[in-house]
Amino acid sequence: MKQIKVLGPGCAKCKTTYNNAVEAVKQSGIDAEVVKIEDIEEMLKYNVLTTPVLMVDEVALIKGRIATVDEIKQLLTK
Amino acid sequence: MFNWLQHFADWLIYSLAGIAKGSKAGDALNFFVYDTLKIFLLLFFITIIMGIINSYFPVEKVRNFLSRKKMYGLEYLFASFFGVITPFCSCSSVPLFIGFVRGGIPLGITFSYLITAPLVNEVAIAIFAGTFGFKTTAIYVISGISLGVIGGYTLGKLKLEKLLTPWVQGILSNAQSEDLLEEDKSTLLKRMPAIIKEAINIIKGIAIYIIIGIAVGGLMHGYLPTGFFEHYINKKQWFAVPLSVIMGVPMYSNAAGVIPVVQVLVAKGVPLGTAIAFMMGVVGLSLPEAMLLKKVMTWKLIAIYFGTIAFFMILSGYLFNVIL
Repeated sequence: MKQIKVLGPGCAKCKTTYNNAVEAVKQSGIDAEVVKIEDIEEMLKYNVLTTPVLMVDEVALIKGRIATVDEIKQLLTK
Repeated sequence: MFNWLQHFADWLIYSLAGIAKGSKAGDALNFFVYDTLKIFLLLFFITIIMGIINSYFPVEKVRNFLSRKKMYGLEYLFASFFGVITPFCSCSSVPLFIGFVRGGIPLGITFSYLITAPLVNEVAIAIFAGTFGFKTTAIYVISGISLGVIGGYTLGKLKLEKLLTPWVQGILSNAQSEDLLEEDKSTLLKRMPAIIKEAINIIKGIAIYIIIGIAVGGLMHGYLPTGFFEHYINKKQWFAVPLSVIMGVPMYSNAAGVIPVVQVLVAKGVPLGTAIAFMMGVVGLSLPEAMLLKKVMTWKLIAIYFGTIAFFMILSGYLFNVIL
């Protein structure tokens, strides 16, 4: 099972990215869970400078911008 | 440069729609069409140019640069300048702040970046250029960078490290330069689709505010007499500048819409320095940002930070009223 993490302190961009990730999982039918990380100290473990960050299995793939549903689907099926 | 757009707006409103030139409705609509097209066109070009620059200078690279080099004071200018070219959303301010501090970048220099980043960005530049023209935009950009340099330097000299929250002080004592960057080697052509997509995303997010702003501006443009505000707000009233900065701080989310309205205020008699001070307050300082910064700073430090920046914004407002 893949694990998707969305890091961001709860701004509009972060929420959109989280919703897109949930939608991408639903559309692609892949077995994956989506976790939202809003705690700053938790976020810092991953050395992020700009939010939101989209991580798949602990690898930061998209930083500092909204990830679209299609983009996330592509990253998941790779 | 934008004559052809004016011709188009004239043709659309006066000829095609048949609304008489010189009538209030005609002038207001003409202003609306012309300004909307011009601002969106500029917004598109400037966000793409900024996107290209940013693709080659991501914030990780900026941090590495600032934490390794000793530049005898010039680092304030660099930090401030980098604040212009990197995209910024106020929700990134906390991770960014921590990231800079952890990389061993002094607090004052981090502040320089943090001051300029929201103040001078692609959206502010584009809307400014579209409504006020390029000369005023250049003045705004230069004063935004100067504000970052002077503000950051002043805050750095105040030795405010004690006022950070305890866990951030812990990070501070373990600071070291570290390399986080995986260099992107792809060509500009390969980067372009993502850059264009991101530019469109940015514009989509603020389009509604801009259109409302221009619509309100258009109405005021057509229906208020020239010099309308001169009785209420003029250079002789010393309190107008501080008041505009203070009013600007809570008005964050509508920054995109505020500028077209302010342009009309200026056209109808508000001094430009007062208007620029107001916009700096709107764009540069915001209450949501203060709430987020609470995680890394004590209220006292946030108050000092906002107070110092507001003070310099007021000062630049007076300065522009004198020289412009």
